[in-house]
Amino acid sequence: MSPHLRRTLVVVGHGMVGHRFVQAAIERGLTETHDVVVVGEEPRPAYDRVALTSFFDVGAEALSFLPTGEYDDPRVRLLLGTTVEVVDPAARTLRLSDGGELAYDELVLATGAAPFVPPVPGHDLPGCLVYRTIEDLEAIREAAAGARAGAVVGGGLLGLEAANALHGLGLETHVVEMAPRLMPVQVDDAGGATLARHVEALGLVLHTGVATRAVVERDGRAAGLDLGEDGGTVEADVVVFSAGIRPRDALARAAGLDVAERGGVLVDEQCRTSDPHVWAVGECAAPGGRMYGLVAPGYAMAEVVVDALLGGPGAFTGADMSTKLKLMGVDVASFGDAFATTDGALEMVLADAVAGVYKKLVVSADGRRLLGGILVGDASAYGVLRPMVSSGIDLPDNPEELILPASRSGGAEVALPDEAQVCSCNDVSKADIVAAAACDGTTRAGATCGSCKPLVKKVVEDYFASQGRTVDRSLCEHFAMTRQELFDAVAVHGHTSFDEVVAAHGTGRGCDVCKPTVASVLASQLGRHVLGEGRAVLQDTNDAYLANIQRNGTYSVVPRVPGGEITPEGLIVIGEVARDFGLYTKITGGQRIDLFGARLEQLPDIWRRLVDAGFESGHAYGKSLRTVKSCVGSTWCRYGVQDSVRMAIDLELRYRGLRSPHKLKGGVSGCARECAEARAKDFGIIATEQGWNLYVGGNGGATPAHARLLAGDLDDETLVRYLDRFLLYYIRTADRLQRTAPWIESLDGGLDRVREVVVDDALGLGSELEAAMARHVAGYRDEWRDTLEDPDKLARFVSFVNAPDAPDPHIGFRAERGQQVPADPAEPAGPVVLGSAIPVGAPR
Amino acid sequence: MSLRAPAADPAAYTSVCRLDRIPREAGVCALVEGQAVAVFRTYDDEVFALGNYDPFSRASVLARGIVGTRGDVPFVASPMHKQGFDLRTGQCLDDAAVRVPTYAVVVRDGEVLVGPAEVDAGS
Repeated sequence: MSPHLRRTLVVVGHGMVGHRFVQAAIERGLTETHDVVVVGEEPRPAYDRVALTSFFDVGAEALSFLPTGEYDDPRVRLLLGTTVEVVDPAARTLRLSDGGELAYDELVLATGAAPFVPPVPGHDLPGCLVYRTIEDLEAIREAAAGARAGAVVGGGLLGLEAANALHGLGLETHVVEMAPRLMPVQVDDAGGATLARHVEALGLVLHTGVATRAVVERDGRAAGLDLGEDGGTVEADVVVFSAGIRPRDALARAAGLDVAERGGVLVDEQCRTSDPHVWAVGECAAPGGRMYGLVAPGYAMAEVVVDALLGGPGAFTGADMSTKLKLMGVDVASFGDAFATTDGALEMVLADAVAGVYKKLVVSADGRRLLGGILVGDASAYGVLRPMVSSGIDLPDNPEELILPASRSGGAEVALPDEAQVCSCNDVSKADIVAAAACDGTTRAGATCGSCKPLVKKVVEDYFASQGRTVDRSLCEHFAMTRQELFDAVAVHGHTSFDEVVAAHGTGRGCDVCKPTVASVLASQLGRHVLGEGRAVLQDTNDAYLANIQRNGTYSVVPRVPGGEITPEGLIVIGEVARDFGLYTKITGGQRIDLFGARLEQLPDIWRRLVDAGFESGHAYGKSLRTVKSCVGSTWCRYGVQDSVRMAIDLELRYRGLRSPHKLKGGVSGCARECAEARAKDFGIIATEQGWNLYVGGNGGATPAHARLLAGDLDDETLVRYLDRFLLYYIRTADRLQRTAPWIESLDGGLDRVREVVVDDALGLGSELEAAMARHVAGYRDEWRDTLEDPDKLARFVSFVNAPDAPDPHIGFRAERGQQVPADPAEPAGPVVLGSAIPVGAPR
Repeated sequence: MSLRAPAADPAAYTSVCRLDRIPREAGVCALVEGQAVAVFRTYDDEVFALGNYDPFSRASVLARGIVGTRGDVPFVASPMHKQGFDLRTGQCLDDAAVRVPTYAVVVRDGEVLVGPAEVDAGS
């Protein structure tokens, strides 16, 4: 195909599978030859439907796969809020709901599935809802307001998630399941009974083995369910149908494409429909006549179609329907031949009704191979067991140890073969992970449901161990501990000096790595002056002289300008100081003014002038809070909905001087236009009509990261409380020089873990962290003012100890664009430096 | 205090400061015969002197580095790009081809005296 003749590929549907298809198309180069148009019916881009239950906690944005609303690849165009009304395979065109028409060369149907609503009388009454999209959840939330009780029709996986949502909204919640047990597709009777005990303990009311005969009507609204003679009537103001899903194949049917007997667009192994230019993937497709209602097979189909369009041989030949999930805090997993349908299959069962655990292994007749299993209450073994099924490796001699509680087993070790599939969502094998570990590459393992993460971690660690490498998190040769361990040790023992710390926990006399780290930990815990009590010698040169060293050995000076708000008088003072000391001035990215070219011995005189005029240290030199940037906000801006400047000033003054593992930056935007670029900050706050959204973990720099939503629509007080907790949790547990984004990434559970600790207070640390921050705020003093008042501290600010006012002759300046800049340094005269070549350090 | 014997001619030494003017595990910069010399004091009160000029960054800054140990070697880390220098020999610990000059230094009656640069013929 000529690269000059670009072809058009249209994707109908922007759900999880449609999104995955586009991602794969971009990654594998399909967009080099194809323009891609994605037509999505929902008002927002693809989001994580698997995690839909968390919508009420985290909001829509946190679930989004594409928060920016567009793909990085400009050859992909996304049409949202648009449906395809007609497909004409003969003409290769389709008509859109907005009246537009699109021509395609290749068409991919990813229209998904729709909830099945059984046609019982009253099923369409107001108050009857389904559970599939964010809009559905919004409708459920709205209906639940003022409602007393809710009922879910369907006790399968999705039904229980819907029930969890109703329960979380404070409704008395009923679950009606026609089968004799919950989750009939995944678990057996004993497993279902164990699950039922857990669910009932949470206060849900179960009605199994009964059919819904009708929705009871009162005042034109749903008021309950009629469960027939056996089940009686259940009162419910909200009814959610979750009785399975049906492929959305109407578009294909109307276009004359073949469909499967039980629904779904019939496709071959390459996911091609009966028209050679139309493909179908995900829940709307029926490879070989069978529909797959899980995301992993949909992802596999998406990859297969991209491969086929690139001329590859990929084929979809069925999928692992294993499931693992956590429902209302209860682990449930089902994998392989869970119901022992294989000839001669044997079952091995561990049931502990007290602990609420049920585990079943299905093994082959000869007892050598694992065929499948069910885990309820504790699915920690899933990561090891499921790959054993797909790889067919021999069971260990005592297979029961695989399901015994960890405390009672020797922890059966199973060596997986290379081809074992570790991540079933993304089809990543052990060999893929090892290969990625060997070259510092990445895989998608664990990126979808996350259930395989512990196994991925173990595979990576085993690989490194096999290479004789251990993951060494020692700070340096003097401390065989991480920064967090050091932080805890200092707190527990109440150390107040480096000498105490190194004597108790280290060796030698320290270095440029551990000394500033200990200094930072002491600063976080003691809150005393960084140059006091012998601590000056621990500090990096920037902290040691409360200024930023520049390439010629001079320093730059940055007074604090909270929120970037400054009076004309303030500007004049800074200008006068710069003029009088001949300093180069530049506006920083943090909305303040940097004054360059100050000699060491000039720093006190410069700061005396600044402090007298009311300025204080901006801590531009510290691993500490730098600035909280703001837009002009509702005071001036016609779009602003909150006073972002006020909030930025409050936060900057609250957290000024706070020492942290790395620099910290904040931002506050007064509306969703986000002019303060708050999401590029460690903590970013964006105003909403109701309050503030709090984002965390953003940064610019070499590895840019967008901050992600931690919590939404907060009032001022809650915002500050969450921020206090977030910042101190970070300060206490992050590694040295680890910014918030990689720190969050490093936590087991990532952002969810941060949310548990900060928002849900899962560790019960909330009040302690808030108290620690209150101490910081109360104990804050301007470091420069204190330095100017202390002759001992000032004594260090000299050019030469024996000629305090003589300027270092090595420092020279030249003029550029009307200001002074460093002149190229001359080699010192006199003693020679041995060695023929002198490498020059980093260029700046 | 120093491992090195003072040169014969006491007139060649410049008094730079009292020993207690140099914090333990820190350096000060002294002006000696027109040259910037970094004078360091270790935790056990040994005193060393190196040229203050950091050949990597080409700036006069070594006295402002952090002083500690690498193994048994007392060293200073350049405040600019962290290369380490052996306080006893001036040898860069991160690049065998680089070395900074050392100066004779003694402490007499609590006063730190810096002598001429030492040229080590052996290397």
